Amino acid sequence: MIDVKNLVKSYNGLTVLNGINEFIEKGEKVVIVGPSGSGKSTFLRCLNLLEKPTDGEIWFEGQQINSKECDINKLRQKMGMVFQHFNLFPHLTVIQNITLAPLKLKLQTKEQAEENAVRLLNIIGLADKANEYPQMLSGGQKQRIAIVRALAMNPDVMLFDEPTSALDPEMVGEVLELMKKLAEDGMTMVVVTHEMGFAREVATRVLFMDEGQIKEQAPPKEFFENPKNPRLKDFLSKVL
Amino acid sequence: MGFYNSSVFCLSFAERFQMTFIEDDRWKQFALGLGNTLLITFFAAILGIIIGVTVAVLKVYCYQSGKLKPVDILLNIYLTVIRGTPTLVQLLIMYFIIMKSLNGTVIAIIAFGINSGAYAAEIVRAGILAVDKGQTEAGRSLGLSAWTTMESIVLPQAIKNILPALGNEFITLLKETSIVGYVAIVDLTMAATRVQTRTYDAMFPLISIAVIYLVLVMGLTALQKKLERRLASSDRR
Repeated sequence: MIDVKNLVKSYNGLTVLNGINEFIEKGEKVVIVGPSGSGKSTFLRCLNLLEKPTDGEIWFEGQQINSKECDINKLRQKMGMVFQHFNLFPHLTVIQNITLAPLKLKLQTKEQAEENAVRLLNIIGLADKANEYPQMLSGGQKQRIAIVRALAMNPDVMLFDEPTSALDPEMVGEVLELMKKLAEDGMTMVVVTHEMGFAREVATRVLFMDEGQIKEQAPPKEFFENPKNPRLKDFLSKVL
Repeated sequence: MGFYNSSVFCLSFAERFQMTFIEDDRWKQFALGLGNTLLITFFAAILGIIIGVTVAVLKVYCYQSGKLKPVDILLNIYLTVIRGTPTLVQLLIMYFIIMKSLNGTVIAIIAFGINSGAYAAEIVRAGILAVDKGQTEAGRSLGLSAWTTMESIVLPQAIKNILPALGNEFITLLKETSIVGYVAIVDLTMAATRVQTRTYDAMFPLISIAVIYLVLVMGLTALQKKLERRLASSDRR
């Protein structure tokens, strides 16, 4: 589904991603861990071209997304993204946040979009907040609504960029719970996180990134119990 | 000079009011002037907003995408020239050199619109840049185009932040239109001058128009406050 070939990203001579090759299949739940500054977020953001790769190719559903011919707006509709700081639109109500993109892109009528939004809000138990502004919500609620906002576009893959890092500890659970539910429903997911428990429980594959490269990858059981790369061993000894 | 000053000095308020406004229907001069002042301010403000937002959006686009370098250079020249020369000089150049054929009021609207646009552009640009980058990223990641993201996500938030500064700009604009007398338009200030030359009383017409300007500005301020309150509805806690 997503095919990354020799991805390089550098800012003013500083190489952040240094030749990444990765293939993510439909239905996979890939969790990316690693020390800060290792390029995890940059890698994730390259996948939907929020960062422009310096070199290499990224393919999504048979199209090379970092080519001139590619209509990136079209492809992004199929790639939901969830940010560390939620990035809800503060000037819009919860339901307007969710329906904005489907309506602006004329994918649904107002009735359809609102019906769909209410259905999604019911799933996360926040239907009563539909007409509130984001300012009124807790961090956990905001992040769950941000997830639902991305889901409203019916994406084929969901990218999560440290979705729980900005949350109070007591709210991490509710967001992870929703992500687990999403995983169980078969969503393809790429998750950058520091939640090792989530990686262990939900991931089909865990990637360890360091110095702009994927140093090791394995199914979670092997990844956590039998790490081979010395840097990974060191990393795990610090976080576990 | 001393002769007429001392002669009007001993007149009562009512007599001076009578002389300034009622005699020879002089209030009509003021009404005409007020109308022109408002007309020029209103349309110049609209033109200023249109130019300001367009320039700001283009400049931000050039800055963020690194494309359209020549456009960026042209815009910079526009901003530098307009902000670097006196409004009065711009108005005179417009009137005597560029658009001799047009109606004076239209020329004033265009001149003030272009002038105000340059200041508005910088205000709007600052407002756009002050909106968190995550907002743009969230919009784009949903598949919205750069323009749709700007128009439905970034600009509404930017406008809210810059409303006080923008209000200031239009208050300045209103007061600055008092120079249009230089190109033979009867605005509020010109009306006062005209009446003064007939009545030999400078004080009364000038204080009168000062009060009128003050009331207009207070009206604008009230309007601005009202708008700010409405736009702040999403901040209610």
